[in-house]
Amino acid sequence: MRIPLIYSIRNLLTRKLTAFLTILGIALVVFVFSAVLMLAYGVKRTLVATGYEENVIMLRKGSDNELPSNFPRDIANLVRTLPQIATGQNGKPIASNEVVTIINLLKIGTNDMGNVTVRGVSPEAMELRPAVQLTEGRMFAFGSREVIVGSSINSRFRGAKLGQTLKIGGDEWRIAGIFEADGSGFESEVWGDAEQVMQTLNRLSTFSSMTVRLNHKGDFDALQDAMDRDRRFQQIRIEREKEYYERQSQLMATFIRILGLVVTIIFSAGAMIGAMITMYASVANRTVEIGTLRALGFKRRSVLATFLLESIFLSLVGGLVGLLIASGLQFFTISTINFGTVAELAFSFSLSLDIALWALAFSVIMGVIGGFLPAARAARLDIVTALRAS
Amino acid sequence: MSHQTIELKNVSKTYMRDSLEIPVLSNISLTVPEGEFLALMGPSGSGKTTLLNLIAGIDRPDKKGSNRNPYVNQIIVHGTDLGTLGESALAAWRSRHMGFIFQFYNLLPVLTAYENVELPLLLTKLSRKEKREHVEAALNLVGLADRMQHYPKQLSGGQEQRVAIARAVVSDPTIIVADEPTGDLDKVSAAEIMTLLERLKSEYKKTIVMVTHDPRAAEKAHKVMHLEKGELSS
Ligand SMILES: Nc1ncnc2c1ncn2[C@@H]1O[C@H](COP(=O)(O)OP(=O)(O)OP(=O)(O)O)[C@@H](O)[C@H]1O
Ligand SMILES: [Mg+2]
Repeated sequence: MRIPLIYSIRNLLTRKLTAFLTILGIALVVFVFSAVLMLAYGVKRTLVATGYEENVIMLRKGSDNELPSNFPRDIANLVRTLPQIATGQNGKPIASNEVVTIINLLKIGTNDMGNVTVRGVSPEAMELRPAVQLTEGRMFAFGSREVIVGSSINSRFRGAKLGQTLKIGGDEWRIAGIFEADGSGFESEVWGDAEQVMQTLNRLSTFSSMTVRLNHKGDFDALQDAMDRDRRFQQIRIEREKEYYERQSQLMATFIRILGLVVTIIFSAGAMIGAMITMYASVANRTVEIGTLRALGFKRRSVLATFLLESIFLSLVGGLVGLLIASGLQFFTISTINFGTVAELAFSFSLSLDIALWALAFSVIMGVIGGFLPAARAARLDIVTALRAS
Repeated sequence: MSHQTIELKNVSKTYMRDSLEIPVLSNISLTVPEGEFLALMGPSGSGKTTLLNLIAGIDRPDKKGSNRNPYVNQIIVHGTDLGTLGESALAAWRSRHMGFIFQFYNLLPVLTAYENVELPLLLTKLSRKEKREHVEAALNLVGLADRMQHYPKQLSGGQEQRVAIARAVVSDPTIIVADEPTGDLDKVSAAEIMTLLERLKSEYKKTIVMVTHDPRAAEKAHKVMHLEKGELSS
């Protein structure tokens, strides 16, 4: 009963320029649409990769992230005695007292300052986060003013090369090594000895947070219970490290998505109007053909379907083109401020199957909306009037 | 069953243009027996195309008559009162019973000769193989089997009209309506088209209604009728 699709496709080919421009418009919108989703997904992936399933982060109650949190030293010592915490190779609990602060560094190639997270850690930090691996130099020496620098900071900021010095809290710190961490958020940090960082900051009795490794990831509830029962822990809040970082990504990812979708919707109105104009022209050019098809016995709905399919086909091609170009963005890493922690975070655009399907679905929707009115006009034509149009 | 393939009973057609009534056909009665080749002549604007469209079921006459006079504005083709068919049923009916030939051929430019001829068969339940056989037979009939893969713009006007004739007969309709089929053709091509139409009548027993301005074309018909000022005469 249907008019063959080849009829629609060949008609598009006879109007190569308009078809091309329409496809370009749709492609642009789908490109922006996919890029935004890929960005939001990239942020989320980077931050989620930062957390470990079996690690637990502890903060002062009322603190949403590490920066404002105060974690007393005596509580940190008490936590280390809890039986749910794993024991490391040296026989000590795998736990890191951490202190987090932010320094300003100049970005390479610009005069912009960026916020860089400095994390003071305990010696167990490397065992706590095995993804952290040195690629250049050596580990900093505990007890000295030395740091190791994450690879994203190393490649993006001035003065962050091996052997150079960074200013933290008024003192000069030598860069002893560069590290990677599987593309996670730690690559956007500078690590040093927690005790040394605290001295610099004149902050002797409180850390920012503490992160511990559980014996088993199922032990979280047991740890929570144990701490709830002890009044000395009543100011402390615990959270799985993975969930903590996922939460940190939420604000940023949501912001990117909303901003991006608003921009996309505005663009898509333009692209849909483009598709609509193209399709109206197509209907006008083919009025006699429509009359002929109807005379031969094709129904109104076949005519409607033909023009709608033509429009959908056009947008789908545009969608594929846009998606293809967007997929090239995966090779780019960008760095921006993460609202959750106000520090610089480097991440890549990441494409997922979901995003690809959404992008194509979105292009089909634009095709349907842009093509509907012209297709309806084609279907509503009166046979005799259409045939007289010659 | 009557042998009148086409029966028009007191058919009128009035067009409205800005609340102004334009009577085009008034009270026309006409019967066309099965297998007849009828030519309709008349001055421009006399309503020939309108009459043909009514017979072909792509246009509707004025409102049906009252109970007192039910036989007004009735068009019966092959025993079916077209006024009783809804739009969708009428479309299905046309695809089964009507073959169309237009002055400007009305081939779809993006389809090959083969695909153009195949169009009416897309509305049937024939298998792929049967469709191919029908299309090839129709193109053979018009002598264009070797031009199957050509697009309309690669054909001459006469050849295009022959493809259109193949399209009109491919689904084996009983009636063929042709609106000035030679109106856009040179003498030689026009003669070829008329020879073909005559063969459709004599060999394939088609009932043909043709509108023409060309007296030479009308000569080939069984019967010629004249339409003037909305009235029909022999
Ligand atoms: N849709 C319409 N609305 C208003 N008037 C119409 C419409 N269609 C046809 N007419 C008028 O009806 C009259 C008959 O038209 P028709 O096309 O049937 O004539 P014709 O005999 O086929 O003429 P020609 O030889 O020029 O093709 C004309 O005056 C035309 O202007
Ligand atoms: Mg006419």
